[in-house]
Amino acid sequence: MAEAAPNTPQLYAMGDRALVAEFGRSLNAGVNARVRAAAEHLLAHRLPGMTDVAPAFAALTVHFDPLQVAAHYRTTDPVEAMRTALQHALTKAPDLPKRKSRSIEIPVCYGGEFGEDLRLVAQHSGLSEEAVIEAHAAPDYHVYTLGFLPGFAYLGGLDRRLVTPRLESPRKRVPAGSVGIGGDQTGVYPFETPGGWNLIGRTPITLFQFDEQAHAVIEPGDRVRFVAIGARDFQLLRDKR
Amino acid sequence: MGIQIEHPGLLTTLQDLGRTGLQHLGVPVNGAMDETSHRMANLLVGNAEDEATLEITLSGPRLHFQEDAVIAVCGANMAPMIDGEPLPMWRPVRVRAGVRVLFGRPQIGCRAYLAVAAGFDVPAVMGSRSTAVRGAYGGFNGRALRKGDVLPLRSPEEAHTARWVGLLAHKQNRFAFPNWSVSRHKMPYRVTPQPLRILPGRHWQNFPVAMREQLVAAEYRVGNDSDRMGYRLSGPALDARRSHDVLSEGMVTGAVQVPPGGQPIILMADHQTTGGYPVIAVVIGVDLPVVAQLAPGETLRFKLATQEESYAAAIAREQQLELVRQALAVRLR
Repeated sequence: MAEAAPNTPQLYAMGDRALVAEFGRSLNAGVNARVRAAAEHLLAHRLPGMTDVAPAFAALTVHFDPLQVAAHYRTTDPVEAMRTALQHALTKAPDLPKRKSRSIEIPVCYGGEFGEDLRLVAQHSGLSEEAVIEAHAAPDYHVYTLGFLPGFAYLGGLDRRLVTPRLESPRKRVPAGSVGIGGDQTGVYPFETPGGWNLIGRTPITLFQFDEQAHAVIEPGDRVRFVAIGARDFQLLRDKR
Repeated sequence: MGIQIEHPGLLTTLQDLGRTGLQHLGVPVNGAMDETSHRMANLLVGNAEDEATLEITLSGPRLHFQEDAVIAVCGANMAPMIDGEPLPMWRPVRVRAGVRVLFGRPQIGCRAYLAVAAGFDVPAVMGSRSTAVRGAYGGFNGRALRKGDVLPLRSPEEAHTARWVGLLAHKQNRFAFPNWSVSRHKMPYRVTPQPLRILPGRHWQNFPVAMREQLVAAEYRVGNDSDRMGYRLSGPALDARRSHDVLSEGMVTGAVQVPPGGQPIILMADHQTTGGYPVIAVVIGVDLPVVAQLAPGETLRFKLATQEESYAAAIAREQQLELVRQALAVRLR
């Protein structure tokens, strides 16, 4: 399928320490793939003074140390120097990421003490709790980006019937591994944190590791499927990790 | 052996210059809110600038030193006391095992930084010793200090200690300090209120001209729910109607976000890597310590700056730090 050559992304300064490369303005798998490909390219071919690359849905934010950039390019306008360097680098970035997207199964024990709000989501959707579980575990979710917490994946593809408003007052403590629904989004909390999503279950697996190197189990571009498990399997898997 | 926490204060955490390089995995940067005071405190005890310091917020801790140490306190003046006497700030202080250091409430500023020569002996997590309270990793056991904690210290090399001890008079006393300090007017908190310098944000053009003018004309109050994640401001509401529908994207510390309610939020060190509200402006890097030293209830104004001004300010700060570095080198010879 032939497609017109994509335009080069628009670059915007985000203050004096970052630039945003905007590849599109709507949620779209093709645009997201270009964002991921560009991030991958920049992480493999680091620009002088660049400190961080943050790919999101349709835009990529490049963070830099202005003093390092200025010293490297012998300029007093590091933002402009970085803009030129980034523009040039992006022309060399491929449209598709090299990294093969993986299919990842996340075992989830739904309901009960693991998902205290399952009943709430069922009530809101008019479905039975079983039907909510079935609808949540059915799709292959597309991973657009990571954010919020280390290894927290923003997933696209939630069944419209499961869309449930966030809790009116957020919980002070959401256990690590909790699977929640907040508005039209669903996701897994990799760490214990305060949170306002409706908790429908919990996974026993560790989503983010940093023993030696930081490693996210789910990465942008992956496909995620939730697999319902019982409380006994939850314990077994938890003990194994 | 180390520093025993007899009273933890409101929020006392270990912070360094942050956890960079992993934002693509969603890892927030964290790190010292007032980078200038943090770096200065490290310089004054002969540390690398990215060594972790204790960030002390609003209401201070009581610390019991179980071993000898060289310390420096910079940032907010929280009337620190050492064994009942005023502890001088902005200079190295030699303390003997057994002393107690007590912080009160800030007279100026909001956050004080305590550095210890050779640093705190805690493991780096993902390349940083900064505490990520959300996520509970890094720093001391991934959390703010509690009563009874003992913060382990690294032992300075003997040669290093000898240089500092030679510098400080009255070696026999429970504590000793030089008669000089870093010039106070160079510090990030505002002796006279100056507006925060901002650059146009990513969505500046999406806001009507009247709103942009209002942002720089109005006075904003720092909300009580301001913290290390963000400073919530209250003042005349900014109408962001036309720019509500923006996709989440990578955010930067200092971004002035406008949520649907129209009351702006300045993102600070613990902000999450991505955000979905329109960004009307971004506070320049050098002024972030000024934000960090504003306490809830204080007011602020914004002033539009240029990239040139921002860069000149960054260079000026580096020159000031360099002067301190050189002066110390002379005194330590």
